[in-house]
Amino acid sequence: MPDVACLDGNEAVARVAHALSEVIAIYPITPASPMGELADAWSAAGRTNRWGAVPEVVQLQSEAGAAGTLHGATQKGVLATTFTASQGLLLMLPDMFKIAGELSPAVIHVAARAVATHALSIFGDHSDVMAARTTGFALLSSSSVQEAHDLALVAHAATLRSRVPFLHFMDGFRTSHQVDRIDLLGDDDLDALVRTDDLLAHRARGLDPNRPVLRGTAQDPDVFFQSREAANPYYDAVPGIVAGLLDELARRTGRRYGLVDYHGAPDAERVLVLMGSAAGAARETVDELVRRGERVGMLTVRLYRPFPTEALLAALPATVRSIAVMDRTKEPGAVGEPLYTDVVAALAEGIAAGTATLTGLPRIVGARYGLASKELTPALLKGLLDELDAPAPRRHVTVGIVDDVTHLSVAPDPSFRVPRARLQAVLYGLGSDGTVGAARSSVRIAAERTGGWAQGYFVYDSKKSGSVTASHLRVDDEPILSTYLVDEADVIACHQLTLLDRIDVLGRAAPGATVLLASPHPAGELWERLPDHVQARLVELDANLWCVDAHAIARDVGIPGRINTVMQPCFLVLAGLLDPAEAVAAVRESIEQEYGKRGRTIVERNVAAAERALAALARVEPGPARPAPRPVRIPEDAPDFVRRVTARVMAGEGDLLPVSAFPVDGTFPTGTARWEKRAIAAELPVWDPELCIDCGKCAIVCPHAAIRMKVYEPAALDGAPEGFQSKPFRSRDVEGHLLTIQVAPDDCTGCGVCVDVCPARSKEAVRHKALDMAPAGEHRDVQRAGFDFFLGIPEIDRTLLARDTVKGSQVLEPLFEFSGACAGCGETPYLKLLTQLFGDRIVVANATGCSSIYGGNLPTTPWSANAEGRGPAWSNSLFEDNAEFGLGLRLGLEARREEAVRRLQALAGRAGADRVAAILAAVDDDGEAAIAAQRERVAELKAWLATQGDDGARLLAAVADDLVRSSIWIVGGDGWAYDIGFGGLDHVLGSGRDVNVLVLDTEVYSNTGGQASKATPRGAVAKFAASGKAATKKDLGAIARAYGNVYVAQVALGASDIQTVKALLEADAWPGPSLVIAYSTCIAHGIDMATSMSHQKDAVRCGYWPLYRFRPSDDPDAQPFQLDSRPPSMPVADFALQEGRFSMLARSDPERARHLLELAQADIDERWRYYEQEAGLVRQAPAAVPVEIEQR
Amino acid sequence: MPPELRTRYLGLELRSPLVASAGPHTGDLDTLARLEDAGAGAVVLPSLFEEQIEREELATHGVLEAGAGTFAEAPGGWFPHVQDYNTGPDRYLTLLEQARERLAIPVIASLNATTSGGWVRYARLLQQAGADALELNVYRVEAGADRTGRDVEAEVLELVGDVRASIDIPLAVKLSPYWSALGSFAPAVVDAGADGLVLFNRFMQPDLDLDTLTVAPRASLSGPDDVRLPLRWIALLHGRVRASLAASGGVHDAGAAAKLLLAGADVVMATSAVLREGAGWFAAAEAGLLAWMAEREYESVGQLRGSVSHRTAEDPRAFERANYVRTLKSWAAPLPGNRS
Repeated sequence: MPDVACLDGNEAVARVAHALSEVIAIYPITPASPMGELADAWSAAGRTNRWGAVPEVVQLQSEAGAAGTLHGATQKGVLATTFTASQGLLLMLPDMFKIAGELSPAVIHVAARAVATHALSIFGDHSDVMAARTTGFALLSSSSVQEAHDLALVAHAATLRSRVPFLHFMDGFRTSHQVDRIDLLGDDDLDALVRTDDLLAHRARGLDPNRPVLRGTAQDPDVFFQSREAANPYYDAVPGIVAGLLDELARRTGRRYGLVDYHGAPDAERVLVLMGSAAGAARETVDELVRRGERVGMLTVRLYRPFPTEALLAALPATVRSIAVMDRTKEPGAVGEPLYTDVVAALAEGIAAGTATLTGLPRIVGARYGLASKELTPALLKGLLDELDAPAPRRHVTVGIVDDVTHLSVAPDPSFRVPRARLQAVLYGLGSDGTVGAARSSVRIAAERTGGWAQGYFVYDSKKSGSVTASHLRVDDEPILSTYLVDEADVIACHQLTLLDRIDVLGRAAPGATVLLASPHPAGELWERLPDHVQARLVELDANLWCVDAHAIARDVGIPGRINTVMQPCFLVLAGLLDPAEAVAAVRESIEQEYGKRGRTIVERNVAAAERALAALARVEPGPARPAPRPVRIPEDAPDFVRRVTARVMAGEGDLLPVSAFPVDGTFPTGTARWEKRAIAAELPVWDPELCIDCGKCAIVCPHAAIRMKVYEPAALDGAPEGFQSKPFRSRDVEGHLLTIQVAPDDCTGCGVCVDVCPARSKEAVRHKALDMAPAGEHRDVQRAGFDFFLGIPEIDRTLLARDTVKGSQVLEPLFEFSGACAGCGETPYLKLLTQLFGDRIVVANATGCSSIYGGNLPTTPWSANAEGRGPAWSNSLFEDNAEFGLGLRLGLEARREEAVRRLQALAGRAGADRVAAILAAVDDDGEAAIAAQRERVAELKAWLATQGDDGARLLAAVADDLVRSSIWIVGGDGWAYDIGFGGLDHVLGSGRDVNVLVLDTEVYSNTGGQASKATPRGAVAKFAASGKAATKKDLGAIARAYGNVYVAQVALGASDIQTVKALLEADAWPGPSLVIAYSTCIAHGIDMATSMSHQKDAVRCGYWPLYRFRPSDDPDAQPFQLDSRPPSMPVADFALQEGRFSMLARSDPERARHLLELAQADIDERWRYYEQEAGLVRQAPAAVPVEIEQR
Repeated sequence: MPPELRTRYLGLELRSPLVASAGPHTGDLDTLARLEDAGAGAVVLPSLFEEQIEREELATHGVLEAGAGTFAEAPGGWFPHVQDYNTGPDRYLTLLEQARERLAIPVIASLNATTSGGWVRYARLLQQAGADALELNVYRVEAGADRTGRDVEAEVLELVGDVRASIDIPLAVKLSPYWSALGSFAPAVVDAGADGLVLFNRFMQPDLDLDTLTVAPRASLSGPDDVRLPLRWIALLHGRVRASLAASGGVHDAGAAAKLLLAGADVVMATSAVLREGAGWFAAAEAGLLAWMAEREYESVGQLRGSVSHRTAEDPRAFERANYVRTLKSWAAPLPGNRS
């Protein structure tokens, strides 16, 4: 009896890879990161491989680096592996050609993911692995978690036997993150398939000065070609070697896989050919149709390279007359997608040569499907098989969408159903409430306690605050093949009552479903409090409704908000999986397993919650209901695109939108986050104008631009709603104005940062500040009306107030608002400030990372425009190329300006010499008044140009706006700036060009879940540095300062808001490269994010984050480096141990923590000593190259 | 022959009555060894605070759960999961085991729990880890309007009884001076199972920060005058309770130690002076005590112990109200400024 476990695909693969490797080179990328994290954690804990050694897990600066290290390790004759996906795999391609060309055994495990094109997507398809199909790596595809576990072993064994390196892939998310019950391979299985002789042969090929060889030569036309062909026998041998290993695996485990596997009617006429997780849904579809007597079948390809032509020809029944070859990728402009062309070619070759059982070429349809994890259901597959049955099937189709532009899509058969699992359930929750954890645990419990099979798949929205999760669970008596979301749930659990308003919680419920609600209302009162459309749907479903006041129990036992252990026993009982006593016992055991290491308190409180749950579970009797549709939440005055597209995506109906709804090039309107009213705050800041001192600190720190400051003439108050507050504005610049601090109640996340920094306290009770948090329910309506009115008050003239003050900057309109970043995010206030200072004239190049996700992940974007329609133009290219991308934008801007100047000069005679001279004199003018004046001149010019009909005028009109100063801001996180993009960043800073770089330094790869970067400080725990980072943080600013002509500032908004404001203004104004490194608190620091800003004071006070500005100057006596913070006045340990990232190590390994913190203190002391010396240095900036020389 | 310093405390044989009381420094193994080398008769480890353990566990849990199950790119949260978070009493128990192994003098564990189950559970763990004795650090701020002094006393007596019943090692109870009738409560604590009383604990008092207008709790060290509070109660209780007496608070030099021994203390505990002066304080205090004893021709600590207690002093009432009267008399001279 094999060991059984409930795992996701990543863990299933990582277990094998760790056991069979000596060197593991890693770099984070979704959805493959967990494989590297697990390998790192296991090695940190001393887990050994099959040869008794702890694999060396090393993080690199990029996937290109990981591939280089993989290459080197294999050349030394050791067993090496790496994990990656998507762009990461693309960065590995050059090394992959080398590794394969040198016949070096190696394995790359891939959680296959879409490659960014018109947009980034973290979700699964085969566009990445298909881009690697020419590298010479063997490609091995797994269709399920079990297969991923098994074929990981086959990949490691086959590469050693064949010498051909292997890329083993599974579908990102659907397999990598799906939790399944699987049978585990035993150590003996690993030992049996990986032969010692093969290992010794690999060792013997390793580079060794005792047996010197030369590998990696350069070759000329005379010999390169022949040398390349010399490896052919090794590729020819691969299918046989893999087939042999699969046979060996089958003998040992009973699990039989082929290079290709045919399944279905032996006399099938219609056949699907595919790879990956789609095989699950396809098999269900084929089985059901065969049961109905239809002659259909499917062929799953596992070894894709070298392509197993003979096996494919042998497997297809001779009766086949039409084939749909399904590709989970898109290759624009090709005859067809890769698997399609391979199958066509194989059949053509086989039939021509007479080696196929088929005598004539069947009709072959190329079917594109599943891009970026698009659902593939039996109904869709039935539609595809119907297409094959048509008299003249289309040669190329798409499956899973409605294509109303090129009309390629096949229609699903909505009536088609396959037998479904014994139990299907969907659990809805908020990210913070533990719903996903409970669901994962329930999958394990169902598999372990019922002896059945269980599956869990988890869907998250793209927000990091107030995000909604849906956990899709299946339990059955047979292995579960369904590789798509649950659409007929027997049980629906909703862990937050407010979700009933936000999403269609009952949309996936089956008739007669059991519905469990976490409700603060007693069972007797609940029905009346349900929204009308929910009541109507419950009645329509004839649902069994239950409720439990989970939040009250969680609060009572001391785990407020974490209701997972209350909901879980209720779910297990209502789902009929366990009886009450068993359910509580199972949850108790699960709590011990999950939380046991964290301490008794955690276990006891969660157990107490579980034990009280069932007694509080109550049946709700349905009352009367009247038919009611789900309310539309988008106001009628929203822009057309928002109503037509954005609103549908927000409502969870994006899948229903046809191709024609979308822009053809990935270009979307900005300013859409304001339409997504999520109302997620439990508490809101409430303003007391009597106490307010007009400082603007609340507004400058707000991560979500949800607390606003406006200064206006008293007349603007006409028509103000009741409760709208204001106070006289204290200012020397403007007199007689009023001030309002206004919260956006439906956009605020309730993080509390504004209240934390508010310095204005009541003299009578210091607890009372000018801003206090108060229950949202008591204030939302008044504040909602207030915010609507507030938006209508005209913005103040930007020229009236000095913007180099906190107050002056905060009365300016933010053009970055309501992002879905984490509550209390330390990054977003910088971006918001950037847009307040010059958002109407910047282009933003945004590196992939947190900021590109909260900045540009559909459905909405926080980047917005002012009433004149001006605002930041934003784009995300890649992770690794952002500085270069920004440089390209800069060069483009300069080219346009030069074009504009040249054409304007050429038209001087007609346009008027004075006008032209005035415009040309002001092209570099900065400052609000100067820019406003130049805009006016340019507007007049454009009006005049519009009256001219010649090309010269039209060409000038196209670039005339570039005669007004604008700037390029290159924005990204530390993973980009310190690691993967550093080479490019360094080059761009060295170019001398006028670009501005803002590094949002969270000191960790925040977006991919907290992996260490070179910005991670010594002594901090992070993923990939589970035992605490030993090396010190890289001093990026020092590297940039070395150029001498780069403006460099290190800022921390929470420590000195005014220094941050000045630094951004100076950086934008400096006509060369600028670098602003901004300390950005992050949930990966393990701090209370309500103190996200005030905590930064200690970071500066202890010298951990010194503030400075390096202002290059032409003055030969200039002292460009200015320290803006005082000498360290507290030990770094006093700061560090307030943070989870340091204190976790202090607990888990006190000795190491103490040692590393001593070193960190020494780092700080030495750096300060060095900086103080630098602050006294005289330095003249290197002279810029004159334009005329540059252009020569 | 130098005077004999050996004494017995909680039934334990100590080479000296000078004991290192609980403090941050006694949480470090090397410092404990230095204290022993300097002559401490025993060491008391810092208190194991149940509340602190709970907070650490909740903080660790909070860090690990923050953002977990929220975001597709970080479904497991933002922190690595490690083999052992070392929450709970494990670090304390390890320190205790290591101290017990390394030191020859008695190692006394100290405990402050908040739940009834906590007192007993942790007391057992401390015994299992090798503590020579256990000191219950009973300290509480009873601010509620619904609880009487009698309720509180009953609760403490019950917990002492529960702990006593659950362990075999000697048990000391460290009390605060703020009980309304310590003269009757102290014997009751002994009757409930205490082998010794430690008089008194010194807990953190709140302070206000005038810059931030926030409550800023901070520990403050004792001064030499503070010794008079334990002096009074040691003297009053000596001979009246069938238990060891340890004096704690304000012991800054050999003179203070001598006074407390005269008043009836079996051992004298020092913290603040050691924190200020280092482990060497013990050597200096011992030398001073020996010199004073030799000068007065005391043969042993046993000889002088309790010789100036309430029972044995020439004027026992001086330990009570009369003390106040006499103090006032001593100020009979004109106050400064009234001389003209």
